[in-house]
Order: sequence, then C-alpha cells, then structure tokens
Amino acid sequence: MACLPGYFAVRPGLFINRNNHHQLLEIMQNHLKPLRVIISLFFLIVASLIFIDFREVFSESFLSGFLSLQFGPSVMRFIHIAAITMFGFIFILIITALFGRVYCSTICPLGIFQDVVSWISKKIRKRMRPYRYDKPKNILRYSLLALTVIFLLFGSVLLLNLLDPYSNFGRFATYFGRPVAAWINNALAGTLSSMGIYTLYRVSIPPIQWQVMVFPAMILALVVWLSYKYGRLYCNTVCPVGTLLGFLSKYSIFRIAIENSGCTNCARCERICKSSCIDFKTNEIDFSRCVGCMNCLNICPESAIKYYFRGRPVPVAVSEVQTANETREPDNSKRSFFIVMAASFLGLNKMVSAAETQIRTNRRSRNRKSNGVEMSRPTTIPENRQYPVSPPGSVSIEKFNKACTACGVCVTKCPGNVLQPSFLEYGLAGFMQPRMDYLSGFCNFDCTTCGEVCPTGAIQPLTIEKKHVAQIGVAIFIMENCVVFVDHTDCGACSEHCPTKAVDMVPFTGGLTIPEVTENICIGCGACEYACPTEPYKAIYVEGNPRHELADKPEHEALDQPDMEEFPF
Amino acid sequence: MKRRDFIRKSVGAGIVGSALSFTGYNKLFGAGLADGANPYDLVAVRGGEPEIMLDRALEALGGMGNFVKKGQTVVLKPNMSWDVPPERAGNTNPELVKHIVKKCFEAGASEVYAFDNTCDNWIRSYRNSGVEDAVKEAGGRVLPGNTENYYKGVKVGQGKRLTEAKVHELILDSDVYINIPVLKHHASSRITICLKNLMGIVWDRRYWHRNDLHQCIADFGTWERQPDLNIVDAYRVMMRNGPRGVSVDDVTEMKSLIVSKDMVAADAAATRLFGMDPEEVGHIRIAHAMGVGNMKLDELNIHRIMI
Repeated sequence: MACLPGYFAVRPGLFINRNNHHQLLEIMQNHLKPLRVIISLFFLIVASLIFIDFREVFSESFLSGFLSLQFGPSVMRFIHIAAITMFGFIFILIITALFGRVYCSTICPLGIFQDVVSWISKKIRKRMRPYRYDKPKNILRYSLLALTVIFLLFGSVLLLNLLDPYSNFGRFATYFGRPVAAWINNALAGTLSSMGIYTLYRVSIPPIQWQVMVFPAMILALVVWLSYKYGRLYCNTVCPVGTLLGFLSKYSIFRIAIENSGCTNCARCERICKSSCIDFKTNEIDFSRCVGCMNCLNICPESAIKYYFRGRPVPVAVSEVQTANETREPDNSKRSFFIVMAASFLGLNKMVSAAETQIRTNRRSRNRKSNGVEMSRPTTIPENRQYPVSPPGSVSIEKFNKACTACGVCVTKCPGNVLQPSFLEYGLAGFMQPRMDYLSGFCNFDCTTCGEVCPTGAIQPLTIEKKHVAQIGVAIFIMENCVVFVDHTDCGACSEHCPTKAVDMVPFTGGLTIPEVTENICIGCGACEYACPTEPYKAIYVEGNPRHELADKPEHEALDQPDMEEFPF
Repeated sequence: MKRRDFIRKSVGAGIVGSALSFTGYNKLFGAGLADGANPYDLVAVRGGEPEIMLDRALEALGGMGNFVKKGQTVVLKPNMSWDVPPERAGNTNPELVKHIVKKCFEAGASEVYAFDNTCDNWIRSYRNSGVEDAVKEAGGRVLPGNTENYYKGVKVGQGKRLTEAKVHELILDSDVYINIPVLKHHASSRITICLKNLMGIVWDRRYWHRNDLHQCIADFGTWERQPDLNIVDAYRVMMRNGPRGVSVDDVTEMKSLIVSKDMVAADAAATRLFGMDPEEVGHIRIAHAMGVGNMKLDELNIHRIMI
C-alpha cells in the first residue's frame, strides 16, 4: 500500500482516542483484500474445475459440499426439502449479517468471474476511466428481487433460474467452458497418443444445440460487457441474490464506512470501487451495493475507510463536503442494456416451435452422417412423446420444474451424457432445465451421480436400490419402424442394452425374434432408445412419466447347474 | 415355448449330440492350428480355475511362444463392454485376462494392450468389469476406445452387407491380436462368442444392426486381419438375459475354456457348451459358409482336457 513519508507519525494523531485493540483491527483490515483475493480465486478455480472436470476427479460428496454454499440453490433446497442441507444459505446469511456481501466477492463464481473481467479490462485499457459513484438502480433491482420472490411464492423457479448468479455461471461453464476444455483435451490426447502416450484420453463432446445456448450466451455477453465497463453493475441491478444480501447488509454488524476526520477527499476509494457505491463527496457508502471486495481498504492513504462496528466511525463528524452532492447525472448508457435484454428474451419465446423442429432435424442428419454409409429405408412413424423425461430422483416433472435452477452441474457430471439441457421441452417453466436426452446417451443403471451433485434438491439423491426401481418413463415400441419387422433380419439392439430385460426378444415369424416391452419392470433409462439403429425415427422410445413411479424388480427363477461330466462335442 | 424351457431342452440335446459326435481325433479334416507345432485345431478344457485351464490349453498348443514372439506388441480384445461386476459374467473373466497378459510377457511381448468399444460408459465398464485392474496388475495397459478418432477405416472385401468398417488403431498397429470373448446369451445375435466379440473393435455398430446383423458379423469375420488366437472364457456363463444380464441368477458356473485359431470352430464348440446347435446361430452358419472357419466339429482335431 501507498506509504507516505511520515505516515506513522500521522497515524497516532488520528487515532488518539483509540486503544491498541483498534490498531490491531486496523492492521488486520489491511490483510483483508489479499485474503479475499486468495479465497475468491480458490472458489472460482474449484467451481470452474468442477464443471469442466470430465475425468471424475472430484468426488460427489466434495462437490455437493462445495456447492452447498451457493445461495440460490441452497434456498431452493430449503424450500423443497426443508432439511439440514439448508446449512449453506443460512451460513451465507450469517456472514452477510456480520460483514455484508462477502459472498458476492469470495464465493459467488459469477461475481469473481466479473472481477477477473474487470481486472483484465484494467490491464487492457491502460488509461481506464476510473469507477465513479452512481445512484442505486433501486426500482430495477428491487423489482427484479420482488418478482423473483413472487414467482417463487407462486411455485415458479423461472426468474431465479434466469437470474441466479451461480446458475448462470454454471451454464457458462457447462455450455462454453466444458466443450472448449474437452476440445483442448482431445487435441492434446490426439497428439500424445500418436506419440504412444496414453495418459490423456479423448472425451466425447455432446452435440452443441445452439437454441439452448442463446440465453446463456446473451447473459455471458451482458455480464462481460458490464463488468468490463462498469465493474459490478450486474450484481447491483440484475442479480436477485445480490439485491437480497444487499438489503440485509444495510443492517450488517460490521460495515465499511469513511471516517470523516481522516478523509482528505482524495477520491481514491470512489475511483477503485467496482460497485460505484462510494460517494467521496458526501463521504457515504451505500453498503447495500458493496460487494465486499475490500479494494478500498488498502487504497486509502489515510486508512480512513474501513470496517466499523455498525458502520459508525468514531469519532463521528459530519463533513461540510456533504452538501456538494446534489446533481449527479444518472448514467444513461447503462440503461440500454436492460431494454436490449428484455427485448431479446421476449423474442426468444417466439422461436419456440421453429426451434424444436430444428433440433430434431439437426440431430437426425448428424446421426445419418456419422454412420458414413447409406442406411436402409428410413423409418416413417414419428415418435409421439407426450412428456419429456426428467432425471431419476426428480420425483415428478412438476416438482422438478419448480426446484431446478438449471445450473448444469448434473449435465457435466452425467457419465452417460444423457442429461442434456432442455430448450422448451418442459415449457417455459422448465426453461434450460436438464432432461434425459436419449439421442445423446442413456442412463447408467448403477449410477446415482446427478442426485448426489444437485445443489438445489431438484434431483434428490437415490440409493442404488431405489435407483434400480425408479421408473422415470416407459419404453414404447413402434413395431412398424423396427428392423425386424421391416427388413426381416435380426437386430435386438434395444434388448441388448436393457438392464432389466423389460425389453425382451420374443419369437417372431421366420425364426426371428422381435422386441416386447414389459412395462412394469421398465425404468425408462432409455438404453433401448439410444441403441435403436433406425432413422430418422426410432422404433422404440421412452415416454416420460410426469410423476415417477416405482417399477417392479425383475424376477427370474434360478438356473440348473450344467452337467460337467462331458464335453458336449 | 418359453426361452427358459427352450434353453433347458437344448442343453439336454447338446449333451446327447456331443456323445454322438464324440468320435475321437480326426486329423483328416484338420484345419487352422493343426500343423507340426500345433497338433490341434481346438483345445477345450473343463473343470478348472481359469489360470489352470489356460495353462493346460496353452501347453497342448505348444505354449504362448507359438503365438507371441519376443519383442512383439500384443493387443487383447476381452469383452469389457458392460458396467457389471465379474460375478455377473457380462464381461470376460478378469483372472483369465490377467493370466493371458502374464503369459504374453513371459513369451517376450514388449507391450500388451487391451481395449473395448464398450456399450455402457467406458470408464465404469473398464473399472467395474475388473479387467482394467487385471491387465494393469499383470503389467499390461488399458487403452480407450471411446471416441471415433481411435478408429481407422478398412475395407471388408468379401463382405455382402458390410463392405467397410472403422477398426481400432491398436488392432491395425499391433503384431499379435488375441480375441478373448466371454460366452454369453445374446438378445441380438442369440449368442456371443468370438465372431460377435469383434463388434467391440469397430466403431459403427448401428449400421450392423440396421443391415442384417448376422450377415454383418459374418462379413466382418472375413476381414483379412483375423485374431491370431481366440480364447473363449466359459468359466461363468450367462445363460439368459444377455448380453448385459439382469442379476447373478442368470449365471451358471461352467468352468470351461476353449482355445482355437479358428473363430468359427471356437464359436461352434462354445455354442455346444451353451446348449445350442451352431446351425441355429445365423452368423456362425453364414461365417462357415463364407469360409471364415469350420463349424463342423467332427471334422476338427479337438483336444479335450477334463480337470
């Protein structure tokens, strides 16, 4: 920190009424910013790694513990499960009640991500325009918070889903970070394996669905732009978590404030404040917008700005500068983005039906191409799926739609690639929430990962026994599309993959066997649909259970032991 | 007739059939392995642990050194396609695979690789099948086969429905290629042994299912790079609900092993063990007709070892 000559000589004069206790606190406060930087980088790096980790390095328990500190998902968990797992957001509330929005600068990955962007911006734009105080956008931020709460009260998670910072970060990492990381990994693995080194292996990258990426791309652009130009404006206008914690932090026990008698009105604190919440002319700090980055603590040559008990510096002196505040111009350039954002989202809605058709067409043609060789006759009867399939442990589509903030962590952790973000398959209520996509993969019978990592409780953890009978949908066979029926050749790919033999091969004409579905033991894992080779329409598909059911366990009598006396040839 | 009854009856039929066809050594029609160094077309062992049965079979065939020379690279193709534990018999017995790796190294192999293009998630299948650990413990290496980049296009000149395929580069690059299927019931192809196990070295399997599966399996059997050795694991055998199986109830202990250079012969013998007639299995019948190998067991010089 800047250490003026005579600094130590000045200081005893300033703090003449204080005892050593205060001095100690002050010295500690000088270390707060570096501490914040270290913790925040830890959280950002680990959060990013969790999302792009395709080698299952992190255990599910570590992951769920780490993610339990994320405010939005933790609140959803509280609402929907009301269990001790609500610990995370209670902890954040306590921290906020003590020190303000520390969450926003140290734990929230989107917040830290913005700090990184701002930092880069500072490096690139050498003569960067310093931050300056700006009036709070109270109407906007409190409206968005109120709307989010009202939506939640009426059972819709939609606004939280769209605005929650952790979930938005998760989507960036899932939709953009992970494919890029996988691509880099594959390029490296390819190079290494050609040299006979196989420590890295290629990973399959699920097909990119541009419709699904539109919204996250918009938010990403918005967040990057805002943080590049205005620091933490997103956090103080759009983010409902920031607004809520901000409201609470008005009453925090320790708040950052400026001690008037020590302040020389040099304005360094205002110019470094990413939240634009320090007004050096009045010596006031809007602590509801302070994200607790603590940059100002170290920049002040007089150490006049720091945490004070209930934000009241001692001695309290009203500065005469306070009067100079009146006419601050509202920053009009910031307004446009809200209009753009609202307009874009409305526009998105209108693309729905066109987009859904597009998805099907795209993916079908991809499949056709990937096989390289011209297929036999294309199938003619479209699958007529009434309900999408929600992940095992989500209890019912309705319950799932009410709780999931679409952060995508289950999507990145799903070893079968079957969990994919939806577009509007669930309707607007479930926008971007993951669904079982049996064109991408199928649900591993012995896997319970999604429930273990879900931070919102939208997917509840299942024991392996419960998973084995959790019926998320039921296979439906379209005989007229089936290879056996059409071409009179054996196939059986569906039955081959079925973990319960709910899809079994039964005698058909000409010594062939044809699939038959036993619904009560089908769990809807989609292995049959995934494996079915017909195109463009599958001969077997899974119809979602709007409410998950309990499947029966498959039962078979014991086998006779073979005769071991002879060779049968 | 339910399949269960069908299997039970065919097991009986198979045993009767075996008694009839048991006519001792028949060197006249011997093909494949039978030459100066390898007197037998096929060796069948019953009643021992996997390691012991393998040792006895290899001994009869003049040792692993007849197949693996000093300094050669070996690729193993076990079945480790399913995320199920060894006792479910969905994958090749890890003890057997481990012993094969050991034998290869004893014969002087420079590297021993194993891979599979799995049906379930490959990492979990490799791990939970126990095969990955088995190979590593014996000093071999397990390589991925999970993305298309690992597969290179080949022509299947004699194929009727399958004229080209993408084959894992390890098969193309290794000196010795050993096929180690597990004998299992199979929903698609009725039974899976040597020929069917080769679906795990190709990438584009859906095409096979779509275009006459049995014909494609047989077609691929004609591809010039044939396994140098086939070792059929029939220690634990999944008798129904294959190829994945539903529970351990689907599995019997058959404690058998079949070794041959001829995939069709090995498949025919293993089909008999399973209790079916090779004629009933489309791809074996077609492969025989296409000259991939000989399914007429009474024309082969078979060495039978009962432990």
